[in-house]
Amino acid sequence: MHELSVMESILNIVVKHALKNDAKKILGISLRVGEMTDLVDEWMQRYFDYLSKETIAAGAVLKIERIPVIFQCESCGMDFPVNMKEIRDAACPACQGNKIRLKSGREFFIKNIEVI
Amino acid sequence: MAEIRLIDIKEDILSDNQALAGQIRDALRNHRIFLMNLMASPGGGKTSLILQTLRRLKDKFRMAVIEGDIDSQVDAEKVIREDIPAVQIRTGGFCHLDASMIEMAFKELEMTALDAIIVENIGNLVCPAEFDIGATRNVMILSVPEGDDKPLKYPLMFSICDALVVNKTDYLEGSDFDLPVLRERVRKLNPDIRIFEVSCKTGQGIDAWTQWLAGEIKTVQNPSP
Repeated sequence: MHELSVMESILNIVVKHALKNDAKKILGISLRVGEMTDLVDEWMQRYFDYLSKETIAAGAVLKIERIPVIFQCESCGMDFPVNMKEIRDAACPACQGNKIRLKSGREFFIKNIEVI
Repeated sequence: MAEIRLIDIKEDILSDNQALAGQIRDALRNHRIFLMNLMASPGGGKTSLILQTLRRLKDKFRMAVIEGDIDSQVDAEKVIREDIPAVQIRTGGFCHLDASMIEMAFKELEMTALDAIIVENIGNLVCPAEFDIGATRNVMILSVPEGDDKPLKYPLMFSICDALVVNKTDYLEGSDFDLPVLRERVRKLNPDIRIFEVSCKTGQGIDAWTQWLAGEIKTVQNPSP
């Protein structure tokens, strides 16, 4: 839902790094995004295209790698992945405990950019 | 032909906001000011809960309200009628408040004369969950007409909150909203969350909620060494 503001941050960061490295054009941007963030790949690219017009990042392709949702069991300490569709029945696979805590899945990293 | 280069960035998009939120939290702690981030769907009862809370706590604490609304002054005017300072942040269509907007709103308030600030975030269960504003406590409202399935649809919001206020319990009769099922769903995402059942309309349950909130404000005022 807030793809626009997130994409604006991405654009600012990548342009800053590209200029610092004397790049003329940004071709690709690799992102790592947690499964629990409500950001849709297609909309991220569309908003990015809209915002990056007439910048050195115009036309850059977003390569989005998803980070799985990992919970940690409070009883036995085990880390385990949870499918977002099955989050309602999430329980520790080792001890069946249902006191669990989110460990990863909310990230939003820019890994690297391809430039010329 | 120009050579394609790879530049490592490894930067977290939300890191600027998180860093600023951390600074806000530290500054508030040093000045012993409590900040509550109140989140809910549109129509969940944020303004009603704020008004009920102010009526019970405004004589005990020096309070203020920061209103985040898309483009209106309606909520701030209601708060000012309670003789409480209110700042309206006009976000012009933004779907959430972030730390920098809160920092700007602080400039409009006389911070040294305050014990507690309530932020009414934008009505939305998705985006506000992703943006830390530096609050001492995150609180959300779920109103009965919205249904007991909301923790399944908005797990992040339920997992980041310290307290959940279930509002409009006066609608429970005749509805298929199942409170025990809701509690179980919420606790699965967030074992430590406090749950309060209230009706802003009848006043039922509000005292238990404001008692908890008063305790949290006092903890900030008199931190244990």
